[in-house]
Amino acid sequence: MSATGIGAAVRRKEDLRFITGKGQYTDDISRPGETRAVFLRSPHAHAKIKRVDTKAAAAMPGVIAVLTGADLAQDKIGNLICGWMIHSKDGSPMKMAPHPAIAANKVCCVGDQVAVVIAETLAEGKDAAEKIKVDYEVLPAVVDAAKAQSAPAIHESAPKNTIYQWHLGDAKAVDAAIKSAKHVTRLDIVNNRLVPNAMEPRVAIAEYDSGTDNLTLWNTTQNPHVARLVISAFVGMAPEHKLRVIAPDVGGGFGSKIFIYPEEVVCLWAARLVGRPVKWTSDRSEAFVADAHGRDHITHAEMAFGEGGKITAIKVKTIANLGAYMSTFSSSVPTYLYATLLSGQYDIPAIYCEVDAVYTNTAPVDAYRGAGRPEATFVVERLVEVGAREEGMDPAELRRKNFIKTFPHQTPVIMNYDAGDYGASLKKALDLADVKGFDKRKRESERAGKLRGLGYSSYIEACGIAPSQAVGSLGCGVGLWESAEVRVNPTGSVEVLTGSHSHGQGHETTFAQLVSERLSIPIENVSVVHGDTDKVQFGMGTYGSRSGAVGMSAVVKALDKVEAKAKKVAAYMMEAAEGDIVFKDGKFTVAGTDKSVAWGDVTLNAYIAHKFAGSQLEPGLKEGAFYDPTNFTFPAGCHICEVEIDPETGNTEIVGWTAVDDFGTVVNPMIVEGQVHGGVAQGIGQALLESAIYNAEGQLVSGSFMDYTMPRAENLPSLKVDTTMTKCPSNPLGIKGCGEAGAIAAPAAVVNAITDAIGSEDLAMPATPPAVWAAIRKAAKMQKAA
Amino acid sequence: MPAVSMTVNGKAVTADVDIRTLLVQFLRENLRLTGTHVGCDTSQCGACVVHLDGIAVKSCTTLAVQAEGCTVLTIEGLAAPNGPLHPMQEAFREHHGLQCGFCTPGMVMTAVDMVRRKGNELDEKTIRHELDGNLCRCTGYHNIVKAIAAGARAMKGA
Repeated sequence: MSATGIGAAVRRKEDLRFITGKGQYTDDISRPGETRAVFLRSPHAHAKIKRVDTKAAAAMPGVIAVLTGADLAQDKIGNLICGWMIHSKDGSPMKMAPHPAIAANKVCCVGDQVAVVIAETLAEGKDAAEKIKVDYEVLPAVVDAAKAQSAPAIHESAPKNTIYQWHLGDAKAVDAAIKSAKHVTRLDIVNNRLVPNAMEPRVAIAEYDSGTDNLTLWNTTQNPHVARLVISAFVGMAPEHKLRVIAPDVGGGFGSKIFIYPEEVVCLWAARLVGRPVKWTSDRSEAFVADAHGRDHITHAEMAFGEGGKITAIKVKTIANLGAYMSTFSSSVPTYLYATLLSGQYDIPAIYCEVDAVYTNTAPVDAYRGAGRPEATFVVERLVEVGAREEGMDPAELRRKNFIKTFPHQTPVIMNYDAGDYGASLKKALDLADVKGFDKRKRESERAGKLRGLGYSSYIEACGIAPSQAVGSLGCGVGLWESAEVRVNPTGSVEVLTGSHSHGQGHETTFAQLVSERLSIPIENVSVVHGDTDKVQFGMGTYGSRSGAVGMSAVVKALDKVEAKAKKVAAYMMEAAEGDIVFKDGKFTVAGTDKSVAWGDVTLNAYIAHKFAGSQLEPGLKEGAFYDPTNFTFPAGCHICEVEIDPETGNTEIVGWTAVDDFGTVVNPMIVEGQVHGGVAQGIGQALLESAIYNAEGQLVSGSFMDYTMPRAENLPSLKVDTTMTKCPSNPLGIKGCGEAGAIAAPAAVVNAITDAIGSEDLAMPATPPAVWAAIRKAAKMQKAA
Repeated sequence: MPAVSMTVNGKAVTADVDIRTLLVQFLRENLRLTGTHVGCDTSQCGACVVHLDGIAVKSCTTLAVQAEGCTVLTIEGLAAPNGPLHPMQEAFREHHGLQCGFCTPGMVMTAVDMVRRKGNELDEKTIRHELDGNLCRCTGYHNIVKAIAAGARAMKGA
């Protein structure tokens, strides 16, 4: 391993600009002559729009235009779409209701766009927006997914507010296994709705050049090319070659910046109308209602056990709340990203899952860090833990007994696990967490009047999203390969263009590490270019822990081509046979001789082209590649949470956290650890603190940082993070991916620990002090009654 | 529109501003010092922290006119121009105390102020408590805590 190659904890190349305030986030960009867009949003969860009067607003100082849904419809701007088709079990397609970028006839959630003011300044835009008069006819709202199917339909095209009734697996086999089980564990689970809250709010700047008819969109997006494709092909804003999307520095995404949102469409449309750049910057309060939320499942789950704790079946019924409209990838989250992971790390012969996706009068729900896989892990790991308790078995032992031990392993729910060693990560985690010493620590806590508990989460996820043919067969509207281009300059420095997008993951460093190692050039001589559709030809963006496994694999493929071409150049330079050229340690050598040429000589010769004729070899050194993965990757590991609870207040303190993950090859351990830290923090946030709470009228009660409990430094512990390693056989570098693991593993570990401490399973997330306090009291009361 | 004058990162600046202009808007829009960020609208996230006469303030909750005659230090002015990085900046890089970088300027400015108030030897508990006004969604704070402890010690020698 070189000091800057794969496996080295290289300090990040991108950090200099961030620590000195020189980052260029979208809101930091100011275009000459720019105007500001301010949206008027619905205060009602469900209402007919009877009239929008913009006259008074239009007369306000600094106002350039006031635009409504009627104007948008008149200009034939298309609806936003969901790009993954799910079919119900009866074969009918999902019920995708129209989603206009500005509502014209009715609003379906608080925060729905009703009009937009384009003004000289933000303050003038805000003042004018207050003058727009809207006559609403308020309709009854439904916010609870459990009640959605018996409530009046929100969209005409979706009777009973049902988007699809989907299933996966073998119902008969599962029912038979449950019938003949020695023991069945049953749980009712609510996976709480979360607000992603990347620290940078969303921003869009649109600019139209009437001379060239080109539109440019600077946008806080995780996937600029997909945004361009959707806005061109479906919304019909401009042909793809006339629209450029630039995602500069992006301040966190966690899924919420994957989607194509109404505001960017409106800015593009308005920029052309007013002939000036239009900029919209989301307030945090806006973000709470206008960004897609995450999770929100109601589930009944059963796990059947045979002799000796052998798991024989899982049966799951979930109602997934997709909110008021179907967001870009929302349909896939509670289906193929969820039910396909219900086998966990275990050899389970029969699995059956039914999912009803419903509309409610709440913000749209889509992928949020982990997307479906945290929900699946929570179901499986709660069932296993509770099952062990009910059977009087050690939860670690029960897991060990059921682990998949041979690979490849075909689960009953589509996935084919390619490699793993689940026992190894469990064992390492047990040692690091000093589980042996737990009883002693518990007694010490008890002496201090505290409760102590231990919880495990042996999670698995499907990442490296994803083989195009496979996801296509499951309804995905796009391919999920990745592209790369390696441009070698005459002086030997390299630009790597990738379709992946970095919004905190450190690609400028890790992708450069790969090139530095492969070509034996200093890491300073490598630049990584991403996030601009004019620079990178196409790409699928970053989500689903795919940048390493898929994006870097594309770079490997392009580097293979670069090396092959460079060998040809070297062969001409040394008048040797191409097949005799060996490339090692940055030198091209004629095998068996001491004749060699250096990397920089070859790159220069590739461009000056003096040593070969054009008929023999094309000049230049630039290669591109598309890499389509052969399988998902399957990162897995074991997280152990130890909690201490004050029974008088219900306050939970996390006193120990151990994460042992198998991510396959680790390119930069410092960055990987950071990803685990962040993921765990979000998972702990879900388990202890965070919840998007709507009241019965559909008002988001927890709609600001004053009300929605974001994890703060004091809420979180220091984390013990370690890895085990089985290489991923499905990509050239052996990478599995690490971005989502923490968020997937953590909630189950926390809740397993708290329920262990309080001796009751009757506890929903977030396990706030009042919730834990009430659960302790309820359990005590029931014990007394018994 | 009232005129407002202050010294920002060592330079005297004067401008006519709408009375409701926030200090953060003045810095970002009038002076184009975009290193100071806005992450919320309720004074909770701390992405906008700058030093006003040497004391950390949230510039989203300070009117530009309140800074009249004051000295303002932003992330752009923390290290001397063309000089080495401030030890706290260096510590954030060394300890991977940032990922997306959006909260980082506010974190660094808060951390420097923390050292002013609490000294160079900061334990984990103190740092976590003192970070109550700064939100980060990427790092889980683990490496920020390590960076601040290291940066605080490094500032002793600086």
